[in-house]
Amino acid sequence: MLRNKLKEIDLSQSLIFLILLALLFTFILYPLIRVLYVAFTEADSLSLSHFINFFERALFKESFLNSLSAGLMAVIFGSLISLPLAFFTIKYDFKGRTLIQTLGILPLVMPPFVGAVALQLILGRSGVFNLLLLKWFGTSVPFMEGLRGVIIVQTLHYFPFIFLNASASLANVDPSLEEMAQNMGSHGLRLFRRVTLPLMMPGYVAGILLVFIRVIDDLGTPLMLNYTKMLAPQAYLRVTTIGVEDKAGYVICVIMVVLSLLSLWGAMKFLSLSEYAMVQRGGAGTPISKKIGGWRLVFVLVFCFFVLGVSLLPHLGIFVLSFAKVWSFSILPKSYTLNHYVEIFFRTPHFVKNTLLYCLLAAGIDVLLGSVIAFLLIRGKVFGKGLLDAIATMPLAIPGVVLATGYLRVFHGTNLPFFHQPLTSLWIILVIAYSARRLPYTLRSCYASIQQIHISLEEAALNLGANRRKTFFRITFPLMTGGLIAGGLLAFITSSVELASTIMLVPRMEYGPLSYGIYIYMQSAVGRGPGAALGVVAILLVATGTYLVNRVFAGGSGTAFKL
Amino acid sequence: MNKASEVRLINLGKKFGEVEAVKDVNLTIERGDFFTFLGPSGCGKTTLLRMIAGFTRPDQGTILFDGVEVNDIPPWKRDVGMVFQSYALWPHLSVFENVAFGLKERNLPKAVVQEKTLRALSMVNLEGLERRRPSELSGGQQQRVALARTLVIEPRLLLLDEPLSNLDAKLRIQMRQELVRIQRDLGITSIYVTHDQEEALTLSTRIAVMSKGHVVQVGSPKEIYENPKSQEVADFVGTSNFFSGSVVEELKDKLRVRTEEGVMLAVERQPELPLGIGSNLLLNIRPESFRISDADEVSSGENRVEGVVKTSAYLGSLVQYEVEVSGGKRVKVNLVNPRKKSLLREGERVSLTFSSEDVIAIPFGR
Ligand SMILES: Nc1ncnc2c1ncn2[C@@H]1O[C@H](COP(=O)(O)OP(=O)(O)OP(=O)(O)O)[C@@H](O)[C@H]1O
Ligand SMILES: [Mg+2]
Repeated sequence: MLRNKLKEIDLSQSLIFLILLALLFTFILYPLIRVLYVAFTEADSLSLSHFINFFERALFKESFLNSLSAGLMAVIFGSLISLPLAFFTIKYDFKGRTLIQTLGILPLVMPPFVGAVALQLILGRSGVFNLLLLKWFGTSVPFMEGLRGVIIVQTLHYFPFIFLNASASLANVDPSLEEMAQNMGSHGLRLFRRVTLPLMMPGYVAGILLVFIRVIDDLGTPLMLNYTKMLAPQAYLRVTTIGVEDKAGYVICVIMVVLSLLSLWGAMKFLSLSEYAMVQRGGAGTPISKKIGGWRLVFVLVFCFFVLGVSLLPHLGIFVLSFAKVWSFSILPKSYTLNHYVEIFFRTPHFVKNTLLYCLLAAGIDVLLGSVIAFLLIRGKVFGKGLLDAIATMPLAIPGVVLATGYLRVFHGTNLPFFHQPLTSLWIILVIAYSARRLPYTLRSCYASIQQIHISLEEAALNLGANRRKTFFRITFPLMTGGLIAGGLLAFITSSVELASTIMLVPRMEYGPLSYGIYIYMQSAVGRGPGAALGVVAILLVATGTYLVNRVFAGGSGTAFKL
Repeated sequence: MNKASEVRLINLGKKFGEVEAVKDVNLTIERGDFFTFLGPSGCGKTTLLRMIAGFTRPDQGTILFDGVEVNDIPPWKRDVGMVFQSYALWPHLSVFENVAFGLKERNLPKAVVQEKTLRALSMVNLEGLERRRPSELSGGQQQRVALARTLVIEPRLLLLDEPLSNLDAKLRIQMRQELVRIQRDLGITSIYVTHDQEEALTLSTRIAVMSKGHVVQVGSPKEIYENPKSQEVADFVGTSNFFSGSVVEELKDKLRVRTEEGVMLAVERQPELPLGIGSNLLLNIRPESFRISDADEVSSGENRVEGVVKTSAYLGSLVQYEVEVSGGKRVKVNLVNPRKKSLLREGERVSLTFSSEDVIAIPFGR
């Protein structure tokens, strides 16, 4: 038995495996362990005292509850928007349905912290909307104050995750299951409640858990709105202002990881469950989409375009702002200029340049790691694949703030051999952080594309005398390029708008990438124009990337954003 | 069950874009019938059934239940029960909940739901499996759940779309018998769709053979098999040996026909087929109609052709031969109960005899 098993182990594969394991351990697991260690020890012995302190302090308790309720609210409001959208576009057949499906993912192409700025211009205290309200009714509504603002921004930004997952699971419900219910006398809302909803539930729940993870993770939105009574900004403030020795920051990190892990675990469980509702064999399986007209059609169109209109307001706002000379206390800017673009492309070009450099590097690293790990996981003859998979997937549940805190903790004090400074003083730390954060996405994409390749294609090559390494590079690799490109693009676009780990890890101003630039510019009133211009660049980058990913995947809009 | 319905289809038609899935179907399905639509894949059977259930709207024509038009009645008000080919069991509900679904939909009291559900489950021999999920059942058990779920609401009409096609051969035969038993017990009007001719023949009281959206012949299993009205039907139902020829002589109750191969055959004269000398017709002889004798053995059969055994296949209960007769034509010959006789070898000369009653005449060109 054992000897047979040993025979199946490939030595050179094992070597690669060990190197990978060491890499992932150093940059993912170890920093996390250090964070846990600090949080759970008092003078080097195990203790829960920091956690007790945490929940005894009013500010932290409030932050904890705020984060939870922001997550909950974003999920509730996101569902109120997404469920009808998904239902209408899947179940009803009308002109404009595809347009709505496409517009529905556009909120994702805007980094949430950019959206926060834009929404403040529109819904903020002196934003367009309130100015109009004042003018017409002599009153104003403080939409963007405090937690409320955070929730609005996050809802409008993240609801597409729910929309996409709900649409996909709704479309996957076997139509004969619904027809059968009609045949049994059920229809309308009752049919939806008794059959359709339970069947689409797992996919939908997975979607809301993903949103929850992102809300917990999101540092940019609260910072931009200057609301810090939430977990991520508290951790950030503790670590950056009080220092790496402050225990409370670590405790918050641990709490964030636990929340994310629980949600991720739930999401995966529900996703695997969601397959049971899929189309079964045989039978006439034409999805039921009903042609609608009259007042129903009007209602559906008004709802969809109102919701999408509101969710695309930030895009419009940021676009106008980037061309505005002065825009304050007026409904629209008084005059327009191209100066902000001149500023960002000629005076501070390093923001855009750094982003391209870091994110391309990170994407390259992820593609390399992702494809090799995926290959080992699927075809490799080594022990301990599960461990490799687990560590590589872990970043999904490590918020950016936590990873950055871990890096600061691990790498801050020690000089690297040849550079004579610590890793945290080099810009490469950003590339490493991005690679680690996005590895799970690339890995998934690579995994899926390798799985599609039938092993016999490789065996044919081996059979013809090519060795394992040659086979990988000449057969397997070219066949999986589509998945690799998609995975790389995904890593690229999401890294280019990563704020949380960026602002914690940027060693010096001139090493800052685009997201950092936006953050810095937006701190001052005069910087808002150039900040918005950078925001437009970010949106264009993400939009192009998303478009390309979907082209490569050819799986319809939004494939890239499902877990 | 006394609410079984009579169904009439008048000029029923449905197009999907350019494809005419169902064309000009006119039929009456009697109360208590076990009526089968039989036809090759893609001939429109499912479409027809879905129109009766109300899932698909006909482009033209009328559907009447007991003389009342139902075209505009939505599926949930038609009170017909349908069994899908894929069973369409709800994976999120237990066996009990699946079967009870329609009863709850009718807002029956809990005790009644309980009692009727259990009775339906016992009717299909599924006692004790109430708590299971559909995914924890075998194919045959899933099939029974689907059937029980449909029967429990006591529909006026039972529709079955190839319900046995996902089962293995043995189970299929067993389920066939159960289906017949339950249908006859309940007396429920049933419409069954299949492309399996054997299934159609054993189950049905009446059969409609379909081809390319049309109903080409309606009749009892015996009529369809023994008296197909076209080559299409003859070919689809059972195995056939076709000869085309023309009438050369008219006798009192027989016709003499010369086939293209030059064989002279005696054919029973049929009153509904007025055929004069010179008229062309197609003859069909079923493989089991032949008797085989050695070439030199004398036989009293009315028809006799000589040939050489080309292939033989031993199937246990019968042997299938292919015999080459004059003109190079090969005919399929089945010999049942071969145990009593010694088998013929390939290359052996035989003479085939068969009665004139076993020759099915089909007017040519129809
Ligand atoms: N929803 C649809 N849209 C377009 N064409 C359809 C649709 N449903 C059926 N058809 C076409 O109509 C014809 C009849 O289909 P139908 O499903 O009724 O055949 P069937 O006799 O049930 O076949 P099978 O034995 O394979 O189930 C086929 O040519 C099919 O391609
Ligand atoms: Mg069919």
